[in-house]
Amino acid sequence: MPTFVYMTRCDGCGYCVDICPSDIMHIDETYRRAFNIEPNFCWECYSCVKACPQNAIDVRGYADFAPLGHSVRTLREEDKGTISWKLKFRDGREKSFVSPIRTTPWGSIKPPGEYERPSPDALKSQELAHEPDALHVDKLPAMTSKRGAV
Amino acid sequence: MIDINPFAVLSDTVSPALMQTFVALMAALVAAGTVFDLLHKKSARYFFQNARRNRGDRVLDTGEKAALAAKTVVVDWLAAGEFCNARRRLAHLLTMYGFLAYAISTVVMVFAYPTPDTQTPALWPMAWHLGAFLICAGGIWFWFFIRVDVSAEGHSPFRVVRADLFVLSLLANAALALIWSWLQWSGSEWTNVALGLYLFSAMVLFGSVPWSKFSHMFYKPAAAYRKRVEDANGSRANLPAPADAASTLGSARTPPSHY
Repeated sequence: MPTFVYMTRCDGCGYCVDICPSDIMHIDETYRRAFNIEPNFCWECYSCVKACPQNAIDVRGYADFAPLGHSVRTLREEDKGTISWKLKFRDGREKSFVSPIRTTPWGSIKPPGEYERPSPDALKSQELAHEPDALHVDKLPAMTSKRGAV
Repeated sequence: MIDINPFAVLSDTVSPALMQTFVALMAALVAAGTVFDLLHKKSARYFFQNARRNRGDRVLDTGEKAALAAKTVVVDWLAAGEFCNARRRLAHLLTMYGFLAYAISTVVMVFAYPTPDTQTPALWPMAWHLGAFLICAGGIWFWFFIRVDVSAEGHSPFRVVRADLFVLSLLANAALALIWSWLQWSGSEWTNVALGLYLFSAMVLFGSVPWSKFSHMFYKPAAAYRKRVEDANGSRANLPAPADAASTLGSARTPPSHY
């Protein structure tokens, strides 16, 4: 189900180019509008569909299993922290639902780059980065050997 | 320099009728190029097909349609409200108002004040020079910093593709207009060279409509109006309705430049 772009809505802002994890959303050299350079490599993650501020990107089902007017469209409203979905089935049924992007204000979560660099010794630990502090616990249970090493 | 009508000075060597014919020819090229583009790309057919597909569950009356058209003109066209990026919007406004001032003052000066016999009000040459300057300011800002090829794709600002035909020819035309006017004012022997380049860039700008983005100035307002109609008639191009939630988190959009 590769993405495609409505040319009349796209304003060539580049958000889809920026976010595509497959690096297949690019800017056309003739019209300076976004397009999917390799539909076969699109894994339908909907990142570009949600990121597009003009709602210019849609997803097309392959003709052998999803023809006849179905659609799955989303509306991302970051000020509300919501992504609304509208599913339209081939038999005319429609389903709509809203899911949260997040529940905390933007910028309230520390990005990984702002944490202190871990020491080389930390690589030998069973704990993952910033554990146990990031989980708000004092200590995590760990396997110990007979020799007592952690 | 900026309060002198360069076309009136030029009338010493080139007849006003020839200048007027050239301007009329450029306007005809834009009209013909846009119609050809419309037919060749089937844009109008797509536009009306899409309108039929997205009729929605509400029929808009004439008053509502007029209100939407007025909103489109004021918000989407005159204020370039469709842009989500404030820098792009500002650069577009600079270029757009610059072009309007430049084009309108060209027509007025060439047709109404073509010779020194009819005194040109200072407003028109000043609008012409200021317009050309605004085009250069907005265009250069867009070209080097805002253009998506540079800002999001990470390409060099000096990489040129066909999509650049419009902005490059517009920039060249405005810059050459200023250069020609300055050389003419200073009495340089290079004036005619600059004039030749200025006319050539005008022919490229107005003659390349089927291959450039020139006609976006006619299509975009139509597409913006259509978008407003689809929101109002309930079809919303199949998009979900806005969520019933309060705006509490603010916007976290950062510029798309993580290449």
